Amino acid sequence: MELYELTLHELKDLLKKKEVSSKEVVKSFFSRIKKIDNKVKAFVTLCEEEALEKACECDQQQEYDGIAGIPYGLKDIICTRGVKTTCCSKILENFIPPYDATVARKLKEKKGILAGKLNMDEFAMGSSTENSAFFPTRNPWDLERVPGGSSGGSAAAVAAGEVPFALGTDTGGSIRQPASFCGVVGLKPTYGRVSRWGVVAFASSLDQVGVFSRDVRDCALVMNIVSGHDPMDSTSVDIEVPDYESFLTGNIKGLKVAYPREYFQQGVDEKIRETVKKALHKFEDLGAVVEEVTLPHSEYALPAYYLIAPAEASANLARYDGVRYGFRDFEADNVVQMFSKTRAAGFGDEVKRRIMLGTYALSSGYYDAYYLKALKVRRLISRDFNEVFKDFDVIVGPTTPTTAFKLGEQSDPLQLYMNDILTVPINMAGLPGISIPCGFVEGLPVGMQIIGRPFDEGTLLQAAYSYEQNTDYHTVKPVLGVE
Amino acid sequence: MISIREVEHVALLARLSLSEKEKEIFAEQLSTILDYINKLNELDTDGVEPLYHILPIYNIFREDEVKTGTSREDILANAPQVEEGQYKVPKII
Amino acid sequence: MTLSGDYETVIGLEVHVELKTASKIFCSCSTSFGAEPNTQVCPICSGFPGMLPVLNHKVVDYAIKVGLALNCEIAEFCKFDRKNYFYPDLPKAFQISQYDLPICKNGYLDIDINGDKRRIRITRIHMEEDAGKLVHQGDITTTPFSLVDLNRSGVPLLEIVSEPDMRSGAEARAYMEKLRSILLFTGVSDCKMQEGSLRCDANVSVRPRGQRELGVKTEIKNMNSFRAVEKAIDYEAKRQMEALEYGEEIIQETRTWDEEKQVTRSMRSKEEAHDYRYFPEPDLPPLKITPEWIEEIQASLPEMPDQARGRLMEQYGLSEYDASIITQSPDYLAFFDECLRNYSNAKTVANWMMGELSRLLNQNNMEISECLVKPEDLIKLLGLIDNGTISGKMAKTVFEEMFAGGKKPELIIKEKGMEQISDEGTLKAVIEEVVANNQKVLQDYKNGKKKAFGFFVGQVMKATKGQADPSAVNKLLRERLDK
Repeated sequence: MELYELTLHELKDLLKKKEVSSKEVVKSFFSRIKKIDNKVKAFVTLCEEEALEKACECDQQQEYDGIAGIPYGLKDIICTRGVKTTCCSKILENFIPPYDATVARKLKEKKGILAGKLNMDEFAMGSSTENSAFFPTRNPWDLERVPGGSSGGSAAAVAAGEVPFALGTDTGGSIRQPASFCGVVGLKPTYGRVSRWGVVAFASSLDQVGVFSRDVRDCALVMNIVSGHDPMDSTSVDIEVPDYESFLTGNIKGLKVAYPREYFQQGVDEKIRETVKKALHKFEDLGAVVEEVTLPHSEYALPAYYLIAPAEASANLARYDGVRYGFRDFEADNVVQMFSKTRAAGFGDEVKRRIMLGTYALSSGYYDAYYLKALKVRRLISRDFNEVFKDFDVIVGPTTPTTAFKLGEQSDPLQLYMNDILTVPINMAGLPGISIPCGFVEGLPVGMQIIGRPFDEGTLLQAAYSYEQNTDYHTVKPVLGVE
Repeated sequence: MISIREVEHVALLARLSLSEKEKEIFAEQLSTILDYINKLNELDTDGVEPLYHILPIYNIFREDEVKTGTSREDILANAPQVEEGQYKVPKII
Repeated sequence: MTLSGDYETVIGLEVHVELKTASKIFCSCSTSFGAEPNTQVCPICSGFPGMLPVLNHKVVDYAIKVGLALNCEIAEFCKFDRKNYFYPDLPKAFQISQYDLPICKNGYLDIDINGDKRRIRITRIHMEEDAGKLVHQGDITTTPFSLVDLNRSGVPLLEIVSEPDMRSGAEARAYMEKLRSILLFTGVSDCKMQEGSLRCDANVSVRPRGQRELGVKTEIKNMNSFRAVEKAIDYEAKRQMEALEYGEEIIQETRTWDEEKQVTRSMRSKEEAHDYRYFPEPDLPPLKITPEWIEEIQASLPEMPDQARGRLMEQYGLSEYDASIITQSPDYLAFFDECLRNYSNAKTVANWMMGELSRLLNQNNMEISECLVKPEDLIKLLGLIDNGTISGKMAKTVFEEMFAGGKKPELIIKEKGMEQISDEGTLKAVIEEVVANNQKVLQDYKNGKKKAFGFFVGQVMKATKGQADPSAVNKLLRERLDK
């Protein structure tokens, strides 16, 4: 067994017992990266030198606790002081933030070691990581296939053993969908649980930072560090963060589990439906009460999302104008031209498409018909969930309608948007959701999504952990052709 | 259906200079997407309060205290063009 | 051509006032005026990726305060919105403002126009952030490039919008002056038009007298003084009337006031149709303003100019005109009130403040707060007049010296030997000398040429370098000449 194959908590224990040094751990992961990342292409920036320096510091201080001395990766949308943060866009290709995002700072303060920055769909817009301005990331289970997106680099890096854990962001499924495609654990916390400060905004009312890990315990450990109120983010809520590890009891007797009829209908691959149904039986076996429920407005979540998210994005991405940072077209001879040419050359097609869509939805004469309508539908979606959570503790369903698809296979924008159909409603309602491995279809991982009440990540982790400990899908690792 | 003229208007608002080909593609793609989005009209939302903020929180403030900002060197370090400690931009008109 | 009388001018004003908070509205940078470019900035007010706003509590307090002072309803619930437009001085390419739910609405203020009272309604007051500053080489239309300074970006502003209730430049000016004095009394702003902390745009239209519908309006910008507001509006109204008279159409447009040429000019370049695509700011939770909060602010509201004016008229018998001049600013009023603590003649104090003091302040372009003459100095001087130490005329000379160098009046009088000569013995000796040297005039006087009396007064004053007490001279001369 190589060090890179271990989980965060396993590494933590070894370091604590002084059986390995941080330097050995870091070296193991970097040699893994060097060996396979030319195939997987998860990283856009590597910080090897700094990582080794930090590891040596850790080894000198000999204070191993939590993530101290252990490497991790950050989606390249999370700002890192002095380290390029590009959002995988040409427009920010050379941007070096003079600040750390709150989540980056928290990991740094716990002496975690940044291995590098991870690939993503440009500005988190996409479901395949093919929209990265640099290169697509490959799925470690099948290099011909996409890792999902937008946090595809984070998911692939964890799945391929390049880092034990990583952070990503999730606006409409960008953590859970790639976690599902890559067979890893991916948690999107409640909107307001984790600070967004220093995380480049896509759709501010939906964005949330979350965790990729190889098992549920690791996810709880990292959540303990990144969660909590941040006075710099007005939408981060000032309520206590419980010790998430304490929820990992393995006991879910009496837990009330709902599965929505709408998440098992046409449009979701039949084999995936079967796989998740099997998982529901497992929950029953473990003592949970499982019942079918209805979330009647589910089918309207995606169209409403594709108004709200692009509308907010059109404003959030307006600042990339070539004045203060980032790419600029120097040919233009007046400001309007400079703005328009800079943005035309700096943004990729999908980003432009969503800016156009959002601008249109907000423009004079369309606001009520589109944007306002979408906000009303958002209320209805939120109500659906509230109704179910009156009687149930968690909601369970498939994370994605299909398993990982081939690169280039889905080129029609609308077809790609449909990937988010099961994850978007959760963002619309601001709820926490986790995707965990629950089986394979034709050798590709299938993810099960567990959705919880607001700020009840604990119960999510409790349910996920019990299932995980009684199955072994999480222990199966992809075999890369290079080994 | 979104016309080329509408695409041009929206592109101007969004400050995106588009080629003729891009305008055509966007007109078609945006029409398809909006067609799908129009599904929302199946729903009667009369009397439904729009959901502006998902969190039930209000009155989030900071106190009126000055903290030292970022140094001029740090803030200007990423700028494409700087002169006399300021961002330089081409003529306005 | 003659046309006045046929048309009526309709004016509404949009006033922007910078709030005197220590820090900016959404970040902790200083708001102080006149610093080196880009030295009072941070990633938040520079619109960097991933940055989030946090609202300054004091801005809301100040907005409520102004709303109460202007007789507005204070909203129980309000929110912020994004106003989207591209400009190099607007770092996020949207301004955080308030759109459909402003913090205050339906207020008014009363103005006096030649003794007539007019009530001008206030539509709304909202909070927003200021933009940065663009520095051109010369004129905006000819400059080859511009420079952006973001020190002002994020300084808190209130926008105060009036109803179209004004009918002349003079009324608009009176509104601005009254608004300024109210704002100064609330203490929320220093209201310096030259420094831009008080700015005004005017919407001007004309219509045939008796017509109900409003004519097509133009918006006038760049009026940097009260005088300019009056002049620009009167010019614009006349221009529109003449255009209508010639059968021309008024074009709805933005025009700039050219102070040098004293004309308004079209700003055609800005005529690209604006579509601000307002939508609710997702990064800022809304505000709930409780009655207790409003009461607390109400209790902290100091005496307002209208109240103070009434008090001066009632307590000291000042005329309405005098009282309104004294209450133009809280510093002015405080100066007056301070004088009256140890000096009883209010009219005299008012005359000196409105006369010599105002004249010198205006001449030197100074605020009363910068004035070296303090209330105790002024009343000392007035006391010296009252007890006959100096004449009123000489007191003006003394006052000028006090104003210039801050010296105490007694000292100036002593140094210059300016004490009034009232000693009868001394004066009699002078009179005797004058009479002795002018025997022929004495003869004329005795022969009935009573005008010669004035000659002797003049001679005595000349001989005493103007220091003789005029009433004593009169009395003694009469005794001497008529004996």
